[in-house]
Amino acid sequence: MITPAMRTEPVVAIRDVVLHYFSPDRETLALSNISLEVSRGEFVAIVGSSGCGKSTLLSLISGLIKPSRGDIYLEGRKVSAPSPRAGYMFQKDTLLEWRTVLDNVLIGAELLGLDRRAARQRAEDLLRRYGLGEFMHSLPHQLSGGMRQRAALARTLCPDPDLLLLDEPFSALDYQTRLALSDEIAAILRNEQKTIILVTHDIGEAISMADRVIVMSRRPGRIKVEHHISYPSAGPQRPTPFEARKCAEFAGYFQTIWDELDIHEMQ
Amino acid sequence: MASETVTAEISHSEASPSVMVPRSPAYQAYLRALKRRAYAIQAWQVGLLVAFLIVWEIAPRAGWVNPMLTSYPSAVARTFMAMLEDGSLLMHTWVTFSETVIGFVGGMALGIACAVALWWSPFVHRVLDPFIVVVNAMPKIALVPIFYIWLGDVASIYAMAIAVSLFVTIIMLYTGFSAVDPDKIKLVRLFGASRWQVLSKIVLPSSVPTMISTLKVNVGLALVGVVVGEFQAAKAGLGYLITYGSQIFQMNLVMTAIVVLAAISSVLFICIQALEAIVLRRSGR
Repeated sequence: MITPAMRTEPVVAIRDVVLHYFSPDRETLALSNISLEVSRGEFVAIVGSSGCGKSTLLSLISGLIKPSRGDIYLEGRKVSAPSPRAGYMFQKDTLLEWRTVLDNVLIGAELLGLDRRAARQRAEDLLRRYGLGEFMHSLPHQLSGGMRQRAALARTLCPDPDLLLLDEPFSALDYQTRLALSDEIAAILRNEQKTIILVTHDIGEAISMADRVIVMSRRPGRIKVEHHISYPSAGPQRPTPFEARKCAEFAGYFQTIWDELDIHEMQ
Repeated sequence: MASETVTAEISHSEASPSVMVPRSPAYQAYLRALKRRAYAIQAWQVGLLVAFLIVWEIAPRAGWVNPMLTSYPSAVARTFMAMLEDGSLLMHTWVTFSETVIGFVGGMALGIACAVALWWSPFVHRVLDPFIVVVNAMPKIALVPIFYIWLGDVASIYAMAIAVSLFVTIIMLYTGFSAVDPDKIKLVRLFGASRWQVLSKIVLPSSVPTMISTLKVNVGLALVGVVVGEFQAAKAGLGYLITYGSQIFQMNLVMTAIVVLAAISSVLFICIQALEAIVLRRSGR
């Protein structure tokens, strides 16, 4: 049941979150005063140079680690442990090589104690839609890199989460597969009306896929600036990521964000 | 075969499509060379063994070495047949074989349990780590007389087989458990897995290859433990035959027991290799 109140309330609300890391020789301030709201159906990308804490922010939202200060709310409830409402996708596909593709997709349902029959139905349906119908009973090593990442997407979507946390899910793939797959996955996710937070260091990926791009500063990570991305030149419909790369606005966004990331200062 | 054909039809797939092309003469020559090489290796292996047996047979007969000390293959074969007929060889072999298998399985089970306990509690691991390393480096064979006094003639042999293999098992398995991909653990924790589920769904299945290499190491070690235990304590078994034979200066008996020991270790090793082939094929590794 989606009530009107739920429609307006943000899916994710991050309020003044601070995170310290401790190690025997130092204390590190990893994230400093992060506040962010993501509304239902929105696709938000977080970009930042490596080590800025953007992946840590995903771990915080997923409930795997707790902030030193501040609170995170997922659909109005304070996050204290991993929730099945949020799905997570890794840089590597992390498929379990001893399980068939279908059993890999079903691991979420198995651990969450969902109805086996319904979960299996949904898993088979997802795999067929992603072109993996023939490979359901194959082992992961028989699949190509792109197919494996699609199987990982099916695994994430099988328990039907509202929020998807994507931690550089394309960066382990070769360039061509990466472009093709980000197009495919963007289409899937927009159809499923999911709320998405994508973490990436690839500016092109962020601006071609997301509605909003958050630029993070280097450590201690904080939100430096945010951009609402739109492509009026492509017409009223949101262009696919591949088309977006050809739009007139793309280069402008790219240049602005490139400058904001201060990448030249690091060398 | 079916899945391979399908793979070939998928665009931008990295899985190698196996398209049947007619074999070129060069490829056929390559295959023949490969086969010849395999035969040559086998022929050399058999040849070396035969040469060894011939030298062993001739050397005492020609008076190059004292036959009292070395015996010779034909005499060993006669002893072997005689003992096979009166059933004593089978009895001694069975004693050693069953002690080895029980010790080996026991050491493995205990080793897995200990490694799981150490994985479960990093604090316990930090506390016990130096002790395990030192005990592993210590020659366990030094404990044979103590085990005999404490445990008697039967139990001391099992204890020895377990003691020899246990600590290396713990160390190998624990290292394997710690090397499991942290992202896989994160994956199941995101689905709310308990520590027990992390163990049963990820850590143990990921460690199957490590378990098999541990088994391979342990097969040899358990046999060492059993034979040494039998030297001290036993009234039966191949280790007993070796001590008894040397005491009455019957080299035929000693050599027969050693040949059977070599056969036992080969059989056990082949079993583990078969197990490895089955398990790894099934898990696609």
